[in-house]
Amino acid sequence: MATQEISITVNGTTHTSEVEPRLLLVHFIRENLGLTGTHIGCDTTHCGACTVMLDGTAVKSCTVFSVQANGKEITTIEGMTKNGELHPLQAGFMEKHGLQCGFCTPGMIMSSHALLQKNPHPSEEEIRWGISGNLCRCTGYVNIVKAVQYAADNL
Amino acid sequence: MSELRTSAEIGGMGHSVKRKEDPRFIRGKGTYVDDIIRPGMLYMDIVRSPYAHAKIKSINSEKALAHPGVAAVITGETLKEYNLHWMPTLMSDTQMVLPTDEVMYQAQEVAAVIATSRYAAADGVELVEVDYEPLPVLVDPFKALEPGAPVLRHDKEGQKDNLIWHWEAGDRDATAKAFESADVTIKQDIYIPRITVASIETCGIVAEFDSVEGQLTCWMTSQAPHAHRTVFAMVAGHVGLSEEKIRIISPDLGGGFGGKVPIYPGYVIAIAATVVTGAPIKWIEDRRENMQADSFGRDYHMTAELAADKDGTMKALRIKTIADHGYTDAATQPSKWPAGLFSICTGSYPFENAFVEVDGVYTNKPPGGIAYRCSFRVTEAVHAIERLVDILADEIDMDPAELRLKNFIPKEAFPYKSVLGWEYDSGDYAGALNLAMKRIGYADLLKEQKEKRAKGELMGIGISSFTEVVGAGNSRDFDILGLKMFDSAEIRVHPTGKVICRIGVQTQGQGHETTFGQIVAEELGIPIADIKVEHGDTDTAPYGLGTYASRSTPVAGAATAVASRKIRDKARKIAAYLLEVGEDDLEWEPGKFFVKGVPDKFKTIQDVAFAAYTNFPEGMEAGLEAVSYYDPPNMTYPFGSYICVVDVDGKTGEVKVRRFMAVDDCGNIINPMIVEGQIHGGLTMGLAPALFEEISYDEEGNIRGGSFMDYLMPTAMETPKWETDKTTTPSPHHPLGAKGVGESATVGAPAAIVNAVVDALSHLGVRHLEIPMTPERVWQAIRSATQAGNGS
Repeated sequence: MATQEISITVNGTTHTSEVEPRLLLVHFIRENLGLTGTHIGCDTTHCGACTVMLDGTAVKSCTVFSVQANGKEITTIEGMTKNGELHPLQAGFMEKHGLQCGFCTPGMIMSSHALLQKNPHPSEEEIRWGISGNLCRCTGYVNIVKAVQYAADNL
Repeated sequence: MSELRTSAEIGGMGHSVKRKEDPRFIRGKGTYVDDIIRPGMLYMDIVRSPYAHAKIKSINSEKALAHPGVAAVITGETLKEYNLHWMPTLMSDTQMVLPTDEVMYQAQEVAAVIATSRYAAADGVELVEVDYEPLPVLVDPFKALEPGAPVLRHDKEGQKDNLIWHWEAGDRDATAKAFESADVTIKQDIYIPRITVASIETCGIVAEFDSVEGQLTCWMTSQAPHAHRTVFAMVAGHVGLSEEKIRIISPDLGGGFGGKVPIYPGYVIAIAATVVTGAPIKWIEDRRENMQADSFGRDYHMTAELAADKDGTMKALRIKTIADHGYTDAATQPSKWPAGLFSICTGSYPFENAFVEVDGVYTNKPPGGIAYRCSFRVTEAVHAIERLVDILADEIDMDPAELRLKNFIPKEAFPYKSVLGWEYDSGDYAGALNLAMKRIGYADLLKEQKEKRAKGELMGIGISSFTEVVGAGNSRDFDILGLKMFDSAEIRVHPTGKVICRIGVQTQGQGHETTFGQIVAEELGIPIADIKVEHGDTDTAPYGLGTYASRSTPVAGAATAVASRKIRDKARKIAAYLLEVGEDDLEWEPGKFFVKGVPDKFKTIQDVAFAAYTNFPEGMEAGLEAVSYYDPPNMTYPFGSYICVVDVDGKTGEVKVRRFMAVDDCGNIINPMIVEGQIHGGLTMGLAPALFEEISYDEEGNIRGGSFMDYLMPTAMETPKWETDKTTTPSPHHPLGAKGVGESATVGAPAAIVNAVVDALSHLGVRHLEIPMTPERVWQAIRSATQAGNGS
């Protein structure tokens, strides 16, 4: 299959690669770049485990082709910790026991990050709506909501 | 436990210690199976049957093999050369790894394509040509049991029908007599549909065979790595894979809930593929495969009956069940319990007579019968009894709370032996229900309901007072394929007082690295920060049966306490030697031994640890370590009372859970934060089947749905804000007084929600609703009831 050259900036570093046009962004991130914090849970854009920020918008990277991200900027969970400092969302998930198996957590954090950028002081209802595209099978969401509230209070 | 014995710095029992596993997960630095990459690794994808029942006339791999990147196609014929095309199930039935003649359910594995990338493997799957001849399909277990039904398992010698087994417990005749003489009898058909665990991480394996050393290493999604290693050795021992040369590493798992206990054909094919190709093989299911072909939960068709006196005293219970196990009995249950622990169905009540029978049935559906966040069929048992209690309350016009309080096994009666043979360790059922009623304001809710009803609004209050049975499980009664169900811990205290604790169970999000560290901290007074807990690697962890059915704290937690106490016993000898006193002259408080009456004269556990390697009594072996293989004397019996308040939209049938109060009693608590988190998660997994989730099939055996597009799981929007509280009734036989909690909420919640919705509609004449209570189902019930003239 023919390949195409793409150049994507991920967590501040620009990567240029030859990829098949059908290569999904999530596979590019996980396998070409070795950033395995972004997870795959469903293939149909429902679980949100693969959520990343694409030019400031949260997207589910299992339904974006990597060629569609050409020339764009991506932030993954690995880019949330700056100079060894946890992002308040990361701290919030730990403080409020917002995770158990941890598989959905990176996607939850990225979706919550997108929410807080648009709405720095969301109500509980707004938080629940904001993460409603991310499935968690372990926590029952109560503590995830508290984690996002914690982050909003500490941003 | 009323008081903390250790400081926050030590972090023993009762402290809400922050989880030690979280720092890697919140940074995206966990290591799940799909994160493993090995040099030269190839990818596997699986060709699956579009038919639920068909003959395989031929499989042509030529086009697939010609595709760039495809390295091999493995079929049943390939595996047959090594006699690996069949394998035993955990219930001693047999299961095809890859079929050579016939497929038995839709999405069954038919062939595997090995290629240099995921995409090439998926291309290859499209190019494998399989010629099928469809056969008649049996999806209804009742039809499968009818005389003259086609026998599905003609591979099994002597199998003349589709009955897998018949199992019964209790006294049939005495129960029948009790029913004949009772004032009131009620009877209800209840179906608990087939559902799936849908852990967000699907199943997968990276299998790597080193042909020089003859060593097989598998990173795999396994809740029971040791048991899986032994099963692999039993399956493939004849081709040279012996147990000491198999290493299973179960790294971070993205949820399990019982779905990662079975051995799936994909694992075995990947192992065969690494041996055949000489390359490491990665196989990761996609979500469709996970939902269509992995083991399911539930699927119990029950007919439940209860007999009582006019005053509501419950006398007898009788339940007949048809259990649809699909094409093979691949249930994950202890060998001696074909229907799991379903006979706990007498619940929290002292029935004098009970009789239970279950028929396991073969159908053309995916195999299984897992204990989905449930200790072996207790969810079905609790659902049956807690529904019956509410139906009885309705029948005799008694408040369901009052009926329960009247009947509960009294707390003085423990240890209590149930009529079906279980010895409950401890309980205070009325205590839990009374607290739940107080916390939710039960009396006010009844008043509110009356007012709403007068206005034509539909509001319901539902109770479920469940008794769980967890901690499999004493080696007399519990085994998997002969492997007795003890569990283990191995603790080493290093010279500087730092600890490594290795356990035979495997976390899937329960926080074992924290909880088990707290047990050691409690027992030895060593700070939790100095304790590392490891698990999941069969080369390093002691043999254990794995994590499921809430057995980790009851069994491996006990092993950890016992091993710690062995270390403390040796430490006492060393401390006495160092302080030049007799052992009996020493007092222990977590972290140090001091001379009785002389608190200034002491040795810390760290002093002792250093001395264990540098300055110990003559004749004593060096080192400070211990192992325990703990065989529990009995199961533990956590319990609780849940009260759910719903509002039902009479026009759409939509159910909104307005409040849900959960009072749990799991004995002494190791980490309150983790226990609360487990309850939140369990409640959500109880809400899901009550309102949303179901896997169903059409008459041709086609799965209806089969992805997250149509399998509805609760998001943050549908999930209520759970309210929790607790009572504490320690287990008398567990070294820590703990009981286990991971599944209580999933077991207890569905009946509370159904009882609430039925209560909302009861004045219309509705007596029962099947789950999931979708808006359509609820709306139909309202419509039928109002058309029958009961409506207001």
